Amino acid sequence: MITDWPILTTLILLPIVGGVIVLMLDSNLAKKLSLFFALLTLILSLPLYIEFDTSTALMQFSENYQWLSVFNIRYSLGIDGFSMPLIILTTITTLLVIIASWQTITYKTSQYMAAFLIMEGLMIGVFCALDSIVFYVFWEAMLIPMFLIIGIWGGKNRVYATIKFFLYTFLGSVFMLIALIYMGNMASSFAILDFHSLKLNNTEQILIFLAFLIAFAVKVPMWPVHTWLPDAHVEAPTGGSAILAAIMLKMGTYGFLRFSLPITPDAASQLDLFVITLSLIAVVYIGFVALAQHDMKKLIAYSSISHMGFVTLGIFISFAIINNQDIAGAALGIEGAMVQMISHGFISAAMFLSVGVLYDRMHSRKIADYGGVINTMPIFGAFVVFFAMANAGLPGTSGFVGEFMVILASIKANFWYAVLAATTLIIGAAYTLWMVKRVFYGEVKNENVTSLKDINKRELLVLASLALFILIIGVYPDILTRVMHATTDNLLQHISISKIK
Amino acid sequence: MKSIYLIIVLSPLFGAIIAGFAGKLIGKTATHWIATGSVAFSFIFSMVVFKVHIFDNIGAFDETIYQWMYSGGIFFEIGFLVDNLTVIMMSVVTFVSLMVHIYTIEYMKDDEGYTRFFSFIALFTFAMLTLVMANNFMQLFLGWEAVGLVSYLLIGFWYKKETAIYANLKAFLVNRVGDFGFILGIALIVAYSGSLHYGQVFDVSSDLDRIQLNLLGYDIPLITLICMLLFIGAMGKSAQVPLHVWLPDSMEGPTPISALIHAATMVTAGIFMVARMSPLFELSEFTLSFIMIIGATTALFMGFIGLVQDDIKRVVAYSTLSQLGYMTVALGASAYSAALFHLMTHAFFKALLFLSAGSVIIAMHHIQDIKKMGGLKKYMPITYWVSLIGTLALIGFPGFSGFFSKDAIIEAVAHSNIFGSTYAYVAVLIGVLITSLYSFRMLFLVFHQKPRMGNKTKSHLKECSPIITIPLILLAIPSVIIGAITIEPFLFGDLLKTEIFVLPAHDVLGQMGQNYNGVFNFIVHSFYSPVLYLALSGILISGLIYLKYPFVADILGKRLSILIKILQYKYGIDELYKIIFAKASIYLGSFLSKTGDKTIIDGWIVNGSALLVQKISIVGKKMQTGFIYSYALVMIVGLIVLSIFLINF
Repeated sequence: MITDWPILTTLILLPIVGGVIVLMLDSNLAKKLSLFFALLTLILSLPLYIEFDTSTALMQFSENYQWLSVFNIRYSLGIDGFSMPLIILTTITTLLVIIASWQTITYKTSQYMAAFLIMEGLMIGVFCALDSIVFYVFWEAMLIPMFLIIGIWGGKNRVYATIKFFLYTFLGSVFMLIALIYMGNMASSFAILDFHSLKLNNTEQILIFLAFLIAFAVKVPMWPVHTWLPDAHVEAPTGGSAILAAIMLKMGTYGFLRFSLPITPDAASQLDLFVITLSLIAVVYIGFVALAQHDMKKLIAYSSISHMGFVTLGIFISFAIINNQDIAGAALGIEGAMVQMISHGFISAAMFLSVGVLYDRMHSRKIADYGGVINTMPIFGAFVVFFAMANAGLPGTSGFVGEFMVILASIKANFWYAVLAATTLIIGAAYTLWMVKRVFYGEVKNENVTSLKDINKRELLVLASLALFILIIGVYPDILTRVMHATTDNLLQHISISKIK
Repeated sequence: MKSIYLIIVLSPLFGAIIAGFAGKLIGKTATHWIATGSVAFSFIFSMVVFKVHIFDNIGAFDETIYQWMYSGGIFFEIGFLVDNLTVIMMSVVTFVSLMVHIYTIEYMKDDEGYTRFFSFIALFTFAMLTLVMANNFMQLFLGWEAVGLVSYLLIGFWYKKETAIYANLKAFLVNRVGDFGFILGIALIVAYSGSLHYGQVFDVSSDLDRIQLNLLGYDIPLITLICMLLFIGAMGKSAQVPLHVWLPDSMEGPTPISALIHAATMVTAGIFMVARMSPLFELSEFTLSFIMIIGATTALFMGFIGLVQDDIKRVVAYSTLSQLGYMTVALGASAYSAALFHLMTHAFFKALLFLSAGSVIIAMHHIQDIKKMGGLKKYMPITYWVSLIGTLALIGFPGFSGFFSKDAIIEAVAHSNIFGSTYAYVAVLIGVLITSLYSFRMLFLVFHQKPRMGNKTKSHLKECSPIITIPLILLAIPSVIIGAITIEPFLFGDLLKTEIFVLPAHDVLGQMGQNYNGVFNFIVHSFYSPVLYLALSGILISGLIYLKYPFVADILGKRLSILIKILQYKYGIDELYKIIFAKASIYLGSFLSKTGDKTIIDGWIVNGSALLVQKISIVGKKMQTGFIYSYALVMIVGLIVLSIFLINF
């Protein structure tokens, strides 16, 4: 291993260049080459985990070059314990999505594959950017392939969904840009780490915090700016849904950790109750909404929102715990949020890909069109029951770990937070297992279900890999949490000290 | 020893994995050999552990197996605590599980899901062992949920049956209500003690006792809150009123699992948990009273429902509910050892009764209505005699195992003087009569009287094969003798002295111990208490009604029709839940979805702002007329306004 090899740039460029090449090929070759690029990117991303130094909170694998010297914008990359797991999640999910789309996309296949590869590069860019303008460029650029994926390969109502998706997220990020420029002028630098140490008075902090909040809340999405997500999911092709749920939603919560908390800790501390309230509404309110859905994808989309509520909850309870002089204890919330992000990445991808398996066969997402699927697809049924249990937070799966950590942490902040958060044990199980009951159990409901064929080897490979990741994190979460400790402690030390002089 | 414990736990997991993934490949015979073998292995090693712990007194084992995670200053670990309490649970679980495995070979032989079934019950054994061997709250919760998962899978084993898949969803969700409390209790413990490890938590229990928590303006002792929340978990798992509704429905699963999971082992996890947490529960008298009242209510009122059930499995199910109520009462009376003692005897005789019911069901070709049976004694002598043994043990007939454990509980309640103990005492006393009534009603209707089944069924009636009857006989033996053998060490000896903590003020078993003079005297003593006569009159009454004067049953049925209706509707609790929880939740969900998301957020705000932009643009569009004079007009007006503005400044 060459230590000064610019590995992060490679991870960003490789899939993008690959995507451009794939764009020019015919569909058969395009698929094979996309698989090659996605696999190579995954393999190249593994050293990030293996050679990661868990003892330091400093940025690792850093790269730093002059870009636009007039504004002191630098091409600067680096990763820490928050971004590294998300990059690995990205490379894994992209590969699986490409495999999953192998036979199902017949229209403009090479463009489809290219869009995913390019998007992968851009998403990795978001996670390792250390200059806020570089971050912003990746953040916005990433919307384009997703916009195209929904707009071209989407369902009937795709135009409404894409416009809603685009306007919502774009509107959010404009506020972020203003905040970034404001701070860039103050600091004469756009480096995110310079922002961390930037002194800001209370008003500045609150305004900047709110600007970030709008951008990130839309992305997460938090109640009440969540309504774009169910529409986008319903219209998106399977692969698009999987990436959207598994990775894109995490960018909002990643943003809280990278920007909001360290840059505006005082504002975040003052407004934490507001964000916590929104998070708990997401957990409870959205849980009930999920219960009433008739469309499988919508149900899983709402379930995503509800689960992401746990992430924002875990992040924002840390201030209350710090105020109890328990800085170490606050780590449970932050790390719980991180674990929940990764776990939800795998579980939501698995759920959406599973719905894709059914949709490919019956071209329906309506729960009422199914019934007794397990009779004709027993292997698939077993996987779905497993994923459903993970979604319901069963111990032994990754779904439990994050929820458990956040519940344990939130009771330290306030007993009632934990009470409301823990209702997910009941509601989450109710909407997930009720769907399983209606779709999979029972007598075969109609002829379409009778003619279903069980999953093929390709689908088995995808679902089994996801199941394996969910299980590994569930049985031995230490492999995930140990990379975060240094970064988390550093963040908590940083936010426990007021920035206001 | 560590490796032996590991083998005991992992062996069934191994069996489950092989049976689950390779079952179809290796065939039925190999599957049942591997699954049963893996559990037999576990059982044999459990016996070894039993010997070295109970007889050789090697002392408790409490070690970490591996570190699951570390976060926020808390170690999350997988580890074992093996003391006498654990050893007893391990032995009971592996023994009953082994019997059920053997029994299943015959019972499920024609089922399509044969290998799947073996995989599940082996997995259950693994999960249950994880639960009882835990040395920390996280692993306890892990096992707790894992047994719930297997229970869900097995209740819905026949996934085509609408009633089965309704029952398994119901069971999972009701259990989740309990787990909701349970996880909050665990979270409070961690927040205030900083540890998940039993020993470390118990060490600081007196510190926890001093903390008050202010909730909604009331000061609540922390320890009471913790214990109440933990007990809500126990209410879910051990099916105590009002979270009992899932257990009768769980009978939709195959009979072997009704015996293993829904009678002998899993449902007693709540009892085990409370006993394990005695150092915490002892500190909250409020919770103990609550436990006692809940337990007594379950013991009595679920027994009543048992009187009107006609499904052979449901009678046994309600009897299980009622007996779990007895155990809970004992916990409330601080007679933890008595609760565990009854847990053990009950595991044997209730597994026996369920498996006998299964034997009858096979012979009757899956007819479960006891009104359509009768006279089976002649055709199925072994099943009859073991059923009789099980029934006598259940009603607490002197000398049988259930006699000792149930009498001990009633006696303990009599000695207790915490709030609610009088109610509990009355309830458990009446409960004895009721138990005896429904048990013998069933026995007489099934095995005595004239056969009432169709001729075709009748012509096929025969005793089941030895694969069924041998486990029955093996379960019948402890059902008779285990009580007499173990009462002394269990209740009055030092078998559980270090495991169970009782405050001197609550030490009812200690008081009873002063009057205890051996097993024989314990039996003799029963002749001077009302308990025995209540049980005997139960036999007598049901004998008179169902053997001598069958018309009495019809008269009673008419006279008490309203009462019977109430019991048949299970006091309306299920229907009530359906309305206030299931229907209301879905209604609330669609309301929030339609009104909250679609109308308000999307309709008014999102699409509303889009509409607003559109409207503004329409106004703007109108101004772009394309005629020069209108532009000129605007320019002139603008110029005038601007000039006025400038002049003024």
